[in-house]
Amino acid sequence: MMQNKFNDRSTAGRIIRQIKYLSEDKRIKIMHVCGTHEQTITKHGLRSLLPENIEVVTGPGCPVCITPAKEIDEAVYLAGKNIVAIYGDMLRVPGTAISLAKKKANGGDVRVVYSPVEAVDIAIKNPDREVIFFAIGFETTAPMTAQILQKAPPENFSILCSHRLIPPALDFLLKEGIGIDGLIDPGHVSTIIGVRPYEELSRKYHLAQVIAGFEPLDVLMSIYMLIKQIRNDEAKVENEYTRSVTYEGNTIAQGMMSKVFKADSREWRGLAVIPLASLTLRKEFENFDARKKFEIPPPSDETRNQECRFCANVIKGTGRPKDCPNFGENCTPDKPIGACMVSTEGTCSIAYRYRHISLSP
Amino acid sequence: MCLAVPAKVTEINGEEAVLDYGGVKRKANISMLGDVMVGDYVLVHVGYAISKLDEDEALETLKLWDEMLKASP
Repeated sequence: MMQNKFNDRSTAGRIIRQIKYLSEDKRIKIMHVCGTHEQTITKHGLRSLLPENIEVVTGPGCPVCITPAKEIDEAVYLAGKNIVAIYGDMLRVPGTAISLAKKKANGGDVRVVYSPVEAVDIAIKNPDREVIFFAIGFETTAPMTAQILQKAPPENFSILCSHRLIPPALDFLLKEGIGIDGLIDPGHVSTIIGVRPYEELSRKYHLAQVIAGFEPLDVLMSIYMLIKQIRNDEAKVENEYTRSVTYEGNTIAQGMMSKVFKADSREWRGLAVIPLASLTLRKEFENFDARKKFEIPPPSDETRNQECRFCANVIKGTGRPKDCPNFGENCTPDKPIGACMVSTEGTCSIAYRYRHISLSP
Repeated sequence: MCLAVPAKVTEINGEEAVLDYGGVKRKANISMLGDVMVGDYVLVHVGYAISKLDEDEALETLKLWDEMLKASP
């Protein structure tokens, strides 16, 4: 279509000049909560183009990074006797003892799928085996899991539900106080949930928010819009990504989610148990719940592997990869210690990959 | 993980559509969209179309940016 127009260098220059002018050297901290936004910002070196007084940090926006190690342990356990279908990003993430990649190397049956539809296909083709889909991700992947469950998948199919919800997690972080002046809301989560769920946060915390797309100009424009709001002491939710996000969002997808799932309170890796920021299956769909179908032993704390303690700061946006003593030294994408380095959308992995482009990792 | 890719709808068969990703054709589920037609651009995530990309809105956004930046001091 016209994606390249959202990539135009001279418009970028104009936006950046306005950001400089409007921010008047005032220190402004902006958070985004999406791995794909981090990818755009770092790949295009946007941090180095912004004036020094504007700081852009990452929040808990990588679903792989916030999936707790003990939920990976559950998948590792299930892959011992059954087929476990996963999104590729989950393969290398360490559990408390090993990753799914290691389990696969040790003979576990772990299969990477692009879509949950492929996981159901595996179950259809293997009627004598149990197939478990490791259902991770935010509101962008939860409706798809809901859709396949509503289509009556075979009896040998179930899911390990690890879906998480963005707005309650933002509420939790803002309540805790993370010292941000503005928030860039994730464009594709918002494509599903719309604008409304963020409005309460603006009211409650007097916070400027802009829903942004993923081209470099989308991100720069959202920063400009935030700075305008902050300068005028406004706290509203603006939508920069109108070519995909509507006020109501995708109501069909929302309907699928609410029919199949209900909110639950589970841990987020690097954070804590966040009230009502996770999804679990409703009673009518319990027969597809791998946690009910199989007896999964509780994880033992003794097997806890070394984990990067700084990941929590990166996930909360209180620290950047360059502040971590492990970053690029003993923690690299080839030999990751923490979850932020494992996923291709993890903040540390992105910072490492583009370290030669970006001046501030 | 939340990376979605735009594609053009070339064929519709019930809940499934054939999409053109700039030359590469792949099937996707379109049950999350109410009114999709051949020729529409959609955004695809994990094998499902999640929104119809609105070309008019995109043009309007670019126009609006231009006006905003002109109006700014």
